[in-house]
Amino acid sequence: MALTGIEIFKHLPKTNCKDCGFPTCLAFAMKLAAKQASLEDCPHASDEAKDFLGAASAPPVRKVVVGAGDAAWTLGEETVLFRHEKKFVNPSAYAIQVADEDPELAAKVAAIAAFKVDRVGEDYGVNLIALQDASGDAGTFSAAVKTVVEAAPKLGLVLATRKVDLVEAGLAACEGKNPLVYGADADNIDALLPLVKGKASLVVSASDLNVLSDLAEKATGAGVEDLILDPMPANAREALERLTQIRRLAIKKNYKPFGYPLWMSAVHEDPQIEGTLATIGTMKYASVILLSELRAWEMLGLLTGRLNIYTDPQKPMQVEQKVYEVGNVNGESPLIVTTNFALTYFIVAGEIENSKVATRLAVQDVEGLSVLTAWAAGKFTASKIAEFIKESGVASNLTRKEVILPGYVSVLSGTLEEKLGGDWKVVVGPREANQLPQFLKTCAQG
Amino acid sequence: MAVEILKENYAGKVLSMTIGVGDRAVTVGGATALPFHSFEGEVGNRPLIAYEVLDTVPEDPPASLQEELESVWDDPVKWAKYCQDEQGARAIALRLVSTDPDGQDASPESAAETVKKVLDAIDIPLVILGCFKEAKDGPVLKAAADAARGCNCLIGKAQEENYKTIAAAATANGHKLIAFSNLDFNLAKQINILLSQADFDINNIVTDPTASALGYGLEYTYSVIERIRAAGLMQNDAMMQPPMFLDLSSVVWKVKEVKASEEDLPEWGDRTERAVHWEAATATSLLMAGAEIMVMTSPRAIQTVEKTIDQLMA
Repeated sequence: MALTGIEIFKHLPKTNCKDCGFPTCLAFAMKLAAKQASLEDCPHASDEAKDFLGAASAPPVRKVVVGAGDAAWTLGEETVLFRHEKKFVNPSAYAIQVADEDPELAAKVAAIAAFKVDRVGEDYGVNLIALQDASGDAGTFSAAVKTVVEAAPKLGLVLATRKVDLVEAGLAACEGKNPLVYGADADNIDALLPLVKGKASLVVSASDLNVLSDLAEKATGAGVEDLILDPMPANAREALERLTQIRRLAIKKNYKPFGYPLWMSAVHEDPQIEGTLATIGTMKYASVILLSELRAWEMLGLLTGRLNIYTDPQKPMQVEQKVYEVGNVNGESPLIVTTNFALTYFIVAGEIENSKVATRLAVQDVEGLSVLTAWAAGKFTASKIAEFIKESGVASNLTRKEVILPGYVSVLSGTLEEKLGGDWKVVVGPREANQLPQFLKTCAQG
Repeated sequence: MAVEILKENYAGKVLSMTIGVGDRAVTVGGATALPFHSFEGEVGNRPLIAYEVLDTVPEDPPASLQEELESVWDDPVKWAKYCQDEQGARAIALRLVSTDPDGQDASPESAAETVKKVLDAIDIPLVILGCFKEAKDGPVLKAAADAARGCNCLIGKAQEENYKTIAAAATANGHKLIAFSNLDFNLAKQINILLSQADFDINNIVTDPTASALGYGLEYTYSVIERIRAAGLMQNDAMMQPPMFLDLSSVVWKVKEVKASEEDLPEWGDRTERAVHWEAATATSLLMAGAEIMVMTSPRAIQTVEKTIDQLMA
């Protein structure tokens, strides 16, 4: 629950010493309430004030880190139910199941660890290995834990067993790795809590939300706070409903037993259905999503969907300013200029690909605005476009100095030709990207 | 301790709408809660997936679609019957791509002929889509609407530039209308207001807020839909209550992820499975936000989403 400036002010020293950089304690309190300042800026804050404000400003969903070092993956800290309100904070982790008695275990885990795909210039991959206790044997399980840690040093580990002796053996085999234990239920929680305390995070599971709430309280009562909740849905409806109910109580009511990241198993016999179930988890609040095996096509889709849903809704998505080459360009290839709003770029580049006419696409940084908006805001003007085209050095690759301008800003063509100078020619292109293929084909025919 | 589930009080509802005639007419919409939130309201009617059928052989289709549909796509009648009879389609979306002035530039009359033939061959509801060029869609959809008179089709997309012609044709022939706007909450409301001011009944409109494919702006569509739904349900905004229509086929099958071969991008995995997943995952995401009618192409992707909907409505 967010505090008001007045509520915060009551806990400040009220000396107006200005050491925080603000004229009065009240002004500072207002800044704190607006999250534009930090309590650390006040050197005189009492411990009581720090405790109070720390607790009050903690996000309604606890931060839980799984793994250690390079393998650490942060979950939770969510503050909203809908992404248009505010950015979703910590992206879901995808966990892939492997069995402890699988003779190919080391090779399988190494393949999962090696899997990566590039999206918008960054590499993404699987986050967690979920080691299943198929053998039921503590020795086999513990040896498998060592195999996994060795084969996938940069992935987090889930000890997927409810058997207390296996949890104990497993934890001993991966000391300091901060794994996630799956998990606790009403039957084994008393035995598991002392084992995991300070060594691992714990998934508590129950299909009845009352039981789930009791288990979470029991865990925190025993000093185990790094929890993940699994409401064990049997189908997509139960998954959506329970994840929503839990997250809504945490965010709107600050209901503490539900203030934790959530677990969802998407495992299904039909790989395509597994893909849609995991999609539901990604969109709707699941922080750890369990998958039956590594399938590159499925991971590509899930990682892309996650990337989409965890973007900042307040910040337009942008692409880097540069001259992109779509297809195998040569000196005769057309040159198009547009803005760096990601959606504009994707649509224009897509239509160029459809046209099959290799084209240079000069994307100008206008802070992520579309063509019309950038023009209206004075960021996509003749002089700015001219400056960008000249500095890009693209001219040296062209046999004809000709640039195609989006139809919506045809009004700029005269001035742009002037500003570019020399023998540059400006051609007015279509207004909408879907007219580009036809336009480019006509261009290519001369 | 007993957990008290927090239920939302919804002031509004999603309007319901029926397309088609006879036994196989389909009603969509009617929810009084966020999508599939059966614990706090009515989920309304099952979302509808309309199988895309083109009136001409697709140009440069992805290989995975070719595997699924090549044997039927030389003839829209055969294609539509295949979807209805073999795939169990509940609706067909006929896209009159041949009318594109930058392509074959077929006449409105020839498009109307195709509409008639397809309607004669099927008894499930028909969605009629133009080539999505404002100037041409007016006369094409008018001719199509005349040809489909009395069949209670869903026609579009009506945009700011051409809505008057298309809305008049829909009214005159008893059809429902797709109101298209360009990926913006306020524009989606504006086109509904314009149509209402032109005396078009809000109950006969579906809102198309622009579909985006997974990885290509999906989050914008997702959030626009979520905001429209919130306005209709929570704020009871009457202009934001029509069912939501998403034309996935027009965006999904262009992207690199459904086209690239395994030879080129081995790390992306099986091409066919990848393409099916791309359309199914796009659809599932938009169902979470609030889609009621989706136009999709791959029968396998559609079956996947239908099974997912079975689970969501279980």
